[in-house]
Amino acid sequence: MSPLSPLRTAPRAALWLAAACLTLLMLAAPARAETEITEVTSPGGLTAWLVEEPSIPFLALEIRFKGGASLDAPGKRGAINLMTGLLEEGAGGRDARAFNEAREDLAASFGFRAYDDSLAISAKMLTENRAEALALLRDALIDPRFDQDAIDRVRAQVMANIRSDARDPDAIASATFNRLAFGDHPYATDRTGTAETVAALTREDLLAAKDRVMARDRIYISAVGDVTAEELGPLLDDLLGDLPATGAPLPGPAPINLTGGTTVVDFATPQSVVLFGHEGMTRDDPDFFAAYLLNTILGGSGFNARLMTEVREKRGLTYGVYAYLVPKDHAALYLGSVSSANDRVAEAIEVIRDVWADTAQNGVTAEELTAAKTYLTGAYPLRFDGNGPIADILVGMQMDDLPIDYAATRNARVNAVTLEEVNRIAARLLRPEALHFVVVGQPDGLM
Amino acid sequence: MRTHRFFAALLLALGLIQLPPAARGSDLVTSFTLDNGMEVVVIEDHRAPVVVHMVWYRAGAADEPAGASGVAHFLEHLLFKGTDNMAPGELSRVVAENGGTDNAFTSQDYTAYFQRVAADRLGLMMQMEADRMVNLRLGPEDIATERDVIIEERNQRTENSPGGLFAEQRDAALYLHHPYGTPVIGWRHEMEALSLEDALAYYSRYYAPNNAILIVAGDATPEEVRALAQTHYGPIPPNPELSPRARVAEPPHMAERRLIFRDDRVAQPYVMRSYLAPERDPGDQTEAAALTLLAELLGGDGITSYMARKLQFETQTAVYTAAFYRGTSLDDTSFGFIVVPAEGVSLDAAEEALERVMADFLTEGVDAEALARLKRQIHASTIYERDNVQSLANSYGRGLTSGLTLEDIQAWPDILQAVTAEDILAAARRLWTPERSVTGHITNAEDPAL
Repeated sequence: MSPLSPLRTAPRAALWLAAACLTLLMLAAPARAETEITEVTSPGGLTAWLVEEPSIPFLALEIRFKGGASLDAPGKRGAINLMTGLLEEGAGGRDARAFNEAREDLAASFGFRAYDDSLAISAKMLTENRAEALALLRDALIDPRFDQDAIDRVRAQVMANIRSDARDPDAIASATFNRLAFGDHPYATDRTGTAETVAALTREDLLAAKDRVMARDRIYISAVGDVTAEELGPLLDDLLGDLPATGAPLPGPAPINLTGGTTVVDFATPQSVVLFGHEGMTRDDPDFFAAYLLNTILGGSGFNARLMTEVREKRGLTYGVYAYLVPKDHAALYLGSVSSANDRVAEAIEVIRDVWADTAQNGVTAEELTAAKTYLTGAYPLRFDGNGPIADILVGMQMDDLPIDYAATRNARVNAVTLEEVNRIAARLLRPEALHFVVVGQPDGLM
Repeated sequence: MRTHRFFAALLLALGLIQLPPAARGSDLVTSFTLDNGMEVVVIEDHRAPVVVHMVWYRAGAADEPAGASGVAHFLEHLLFKGTDNMAPGELSRVVAENGGTDNAFTSQDYTAYFQRVAADRLGLMMQMEADRMVNLRLGPEDIATERDVIIEERNQRTENSPGGLFAEQRDAALYLHHPYGTPVIGWRHEMEALSLEDALAYYSRYYAPNNAILIVAGDATPEEVRALAQTHYGPIPPNPELSPRARVAEPPHMAERRLIFRDDRVAQPYVMRSYLAPERDPGDQTEAAALTLLAELLGGDGITSYMARKLQFETQTAVYTAAFYRGTSLDDTSFGFIVVPAEGVSLDAAEEALERVMADFLTEGVDAEALARLKRQIHASTIYERDNVQSLANSYGRGLTSGLTLEDIQAWPDILQAVTAEDILAAARRLWTPERSVTGHITNAEDPAL
């Protein structure tokens, strides 16, 4: 009885693609007309971006540690992911159940997630018991217990995930693509780790993993809600001041070893799942906005995007086809995804390649560019639609090294891009012969 | 660890969220009805110049004629094609050109369309939505191509997912007669035969203002919404032939049902059990409230719940457990459990462990502190939900299309607060009879430990 929708489904390409989509959302950080973002520096030297919004008595807090699961020590793949899962499994004087009962008592919510380039903490708490909720969250961040029974329990959950991913076409496609692309960089392997590496992790490994990633020299903070600048600084020092000053060095740039072609992974399922891509563009490239507009026209999620029009609307070959710029911290990719029945997927791939080639060669039209600009600039303020989403956007802006007034200038940057720039970027960025397609399924004509 | 990939996917498949929104926000909500019978709900949030504009039809997959399963959802796709006044794709293009996003969704009980857009574009959204309520224009080529799209959608959601196929089989077994046993997306063989006539018959029967609810959430006042709604929706005549929603009723359930679903793609076997359960009824929500709290106490949180304590903490029987109940439904719904066994634990052993947990819960009674914690969270959810009026709008839309009144929806948080430990145990005892149940094992073909 789950709702079904024609477009709403996000592409089911694997998890780090989801992380990539987050990056895109962060790029489009918007501004509520009246939103005032303040930079707050705590007495202890932590910096946070704040939006005061006292109309609802709660606070949303977003904290990021740059580096994320890519800071796993050699041979310890999966340690940061497992450690992150254990932060809510007992801290200070409380075991896992006592910790979460205390959190429920306060009606606070805490989220802890490891991604390839960041470890993310999301918290919401009521004004009426904020001090208690923060003290509890501090225990999780500073003094997690990593009790052996909790380690074993969460490890078993991670192992179940690893087993499931091994038979999941989306996960197989993602793992295959990363393995082909990234050589010996951490990006080449799943941050969850393998059955072997996860089985071998010890409590000491988890403590070491925590100190590698959760350090003050790589922290980014945003706060939105019922809190003042005067309250926020000391509150952050209490919460985070006892973290170690420095963590492990960030990994270097990842190689991108992709060459054009197709890799088929034989998997008995009726619909082939396809992940495709080649090199992309970094977030700090001066042409990034031109590329972003280009992709909105080519691979955006609207019905009017070129891939969606050709593959879905005209030919009915898929439920959804998308492309995304994926500017990860240590490698920039341009990716796309589609799924189509085994007897039709070869045609879907051919159409995608043709659209890619046509756009590279002939560019986009002035009408398409105008429509994309109108959409992106109009959609911009709509994203600031709640304390939690705003906090998420603000922390992403900081991680992307954007200025605090970025929101006010962003639409002007979009509008400044010319048709000549977009078409120059199309010719440079889109390389149909370099596209590599990973196909998981039993595709007719490709095996 | 509360959420991760595989289990998160399961939760999505079950339509679960941590706590159902309490959906009061009564001080934010205004409602009225147009002369043609269209109900209007306005949920105000003036923090940002944004509105969500939604039209919900009291018609879903369970209202389809026999043999045309999937037509409600197919029609939802087709509403993005042209009308007498708009070219195919024009509505979405205009929304995008105005910086908005649009989409739609279909369930057993409703079909809904929405746009998120700057507040000053509300009238334009209404103009287009009103147009496609009555002026849809479809050609044969629309049908052929879009039918391929929904079949690929079925491939993606169901055929490629052993868990999706398993869910279809369980629902089909749970409902002996009622259309909830038919998947919303449709059975594949019937989808392949859906025609223009099928789509238009459903459209002309159900798409009318007296079968629709307009919900506007965000930066709009009731006065503005009333004036715009009268301009754009007001002129559409009601459908006089619209009859009350009446689906066939379930006959008595007399046999406990058991399924074994085998699929080579299954890497992690699990067991699920569902009971046919009463839903929230207008003026009578107390049993549903007790079942809502029962599901939360038993298996709402992956760490603090009763099932987690018994099966994951005190014993290492399972790697994941949950209980679920969706009270917002027009007709009888389901209450269920999932147990994902730990390595080395068979599905039979996991099922026996589940039965022990249910029996122990009835013997031990409700933990007063756990119930108090839950009620504090429900209370707090009425604060948090004010931050997300789109979610609040969805709660109202689901409630109103499931036969509830505005008063029922706004009374719900208080009804939840009034539930006692005795109510919860009594509801559990009434519900858990084997004859009302379907138990399913999902595993791969080689699993010897069935």
